[in-house]
Amino acid sequence: MQLRTNISRRRFIAAMAAASVISGCESRPVVRFLEVMQRWNRKTEEAIFSPNRLAPELPASATTPEDAFPAYFISDSMPLVPPNWALRVGGLVRRPMVLTLAQLQRMTRTDMRVQHHCVEGWSAVASWHGVRLREIAKLTGVDQRARFVEFRSFDSGYWSSWDLESAVHPQTLLAYGFNGGPLYAEHGAPLRVYSAVKLGYKNVKYLTEVNFMPNRTGGYWEDQGYEWFAGV
Amino acid sequence: MNQVAVSTPTQPGGAVTRFGRRQQPGAIRITHWCNAVLILLMAGSGLQILTAYPALGPRGSQYWWYPFQNMAPPRWLTIGGWLAGGRHWHFAIAWFFIANALVYLVYFFASGEWRRRLFNPGRDSGNALRQFAYYTRIRKSPPPADFYNGLQRLAYTTVMLVGIIMVLSGLAIYKPVQFHPLTLIFGGYDGARAVHLAGLCLLVMFVLVHLLLVSLHPRELLHMIGGGPRGSGG
Repeated sequence: MQLRTNISRRRFIAAMAAASVISGCESRPVVRFLEVMQRWNRKTEEAIFSPNRLAPELPASATTPEDAFPAYFISDSMPLVPPNWALRVGGLVRRPMVLTLAQLQRMTRTDMRVQHHCVEGWSAVASWHGVRLREIAKLTGVDQRARFVEFRSFDSGYWSSWDLESAVHPQTLLAYGFNGGPLYAEHGAPLRVYSAVKLGYKNVKYLTEVNFMPNRTGGYWEDQGYEWFAGV
Repeated sequence: MNQVAVSTPTQPGGAVTRFGRRQQPGAIRITHWCNAVLILLMAGSGLQILTAYPALGPRGSQYWWYPFQNMAPPRWLTIGGWLAGGRHWHFAIAWFFIANALVYLVYFFASGEWRRRLFNPGRDSGNALRQFAYYTRIRKSPPPADFYNGLQRLAYTTVMLVGIIMVLSGLAIYKPVQFHPLTLIFGGYDGARAVHLAGLCLLVMFVLVHLLLVSLHPRELLHMIGGGPRGSGG
C-alpha cells in the first residue's frame, strides 16, 4: 500500500513537471510547494466534510434535460455490460460477496435528486436510484481496520478510492437507475457509484468491484494529479 | 494632555501626526505588494480553471445574459498549464491571499488607519462627487482633499468589499454542499460562479484604473515603495 502511495506521489510530481513544460514556471521547489499545499488542502477538506450533512434534494422541475447531461468514459468506445456481470465486494469485510443486479435491486431502494458538480465547473441535476453503499457495508460486515474504499470498473481500468466516511454517507449510492428509469450505458450501466458529496470523477461508472481498504490508494484521475478527496 | 494634543495635531482625515506614521506605513506597503503578486496568481490560476468550462449557468440552461459563453480566456493569461495544475495553484495561493488580507485588516483597524482610508458616506460622498466631476471635466479644479479624496476612499473601500466577496463566493464554489447556506446566499453553485467571475472583472477594472492613475501620479508609487514623508497627510 505504501508503495502505491509513493507511485501516486511520483506521478503527481511527474504531472506537475509535465505542466511546467507548458507554463514554464514550475521549478522543483515550486512543485514541492504545491505538493505540500495539496496535502494541507486534503486535510482541510477532510476536516470540512460532515458525515451527516445532506445535500439538498431538488424538485423535479430542476432536472437537466437528459441530452444536456454530459457523460464520458475513458475507453475508445462505450463500455458495454460484460456477460454474467456481477458486483464483487471484498477487501476488509467479514463476508466477501458477489452480488447480481437482481440481488441489488431487491435491497432497500433509495432515490435522490441532487446537483452534480463536475471538476470542470459545470453543474447538472438528475435523480438517481439504487442501494446505499452503507447497506452493502452492513451486509458484508466491514472490518474496523477499513478506512478507505476502492471502486473498480470495466471501463479500461478506470478506478477511484474514497475515504470511508464519504462512502457510507447516506447520499452515496450504488445506482442502477437514472431519472426514474434504468441507468443508460453512457451513465455507467449496469451499476455505478453516485454521490452528492463528491466531484463527478470520483463517481466510478461501469462498476465491477468495491474493496474496503486499510490504506489510501489513488485513482485514474488522482494519479494524474487531480485532488484525491474532491468533496463538495 | 493638552500639550500632547497640540504637538500632535490630527489631520482632518484621521489620526495622522506630524511626527508619526508615514503616508504608507510599512505594514500597508508589505501587504499591498504581497497582495499584488497573490492576486495575479489567483487570477491566472482562476482563468485556468475557467478554461475547463468557460460558461456560466447550469448544463442545459446557460445564462442568457453572459456575453462570453463558451469562450475560453487567452492561454497566456492562465497559470498552471492544465485544470489540475490551475486548481492546485488556486487552492494553494488562496491561503496566502486570505492570510495577507487578514494581516492587512487587523493592522487597518488596530492602527486607526481605517479613519483616513475607509469611505465614510457622510464625510466623503460630496467630495467623491466633486472629484468625479473634476475627472469628467465638469469641474475645472479638484476639490480639496486631505489624505485621500472621496473617490479614492470609495474605490479602495469597494475593492476591499469585492475581495471579501471573492473569498466567500470562492468558498461557496469549493464546497457547495458543506457550505450550502453560504452557497444559497449567492444564488446557488452556478450563481456563486457568476459572482466569482464578476468579482474578477471588477478587480481587473480597478487595477487598470489604479495603474492609470499611478502612472499619472508617480509620486504615489514612490510612497507605496518607500513609505513617503512622515505624517504630512497630504
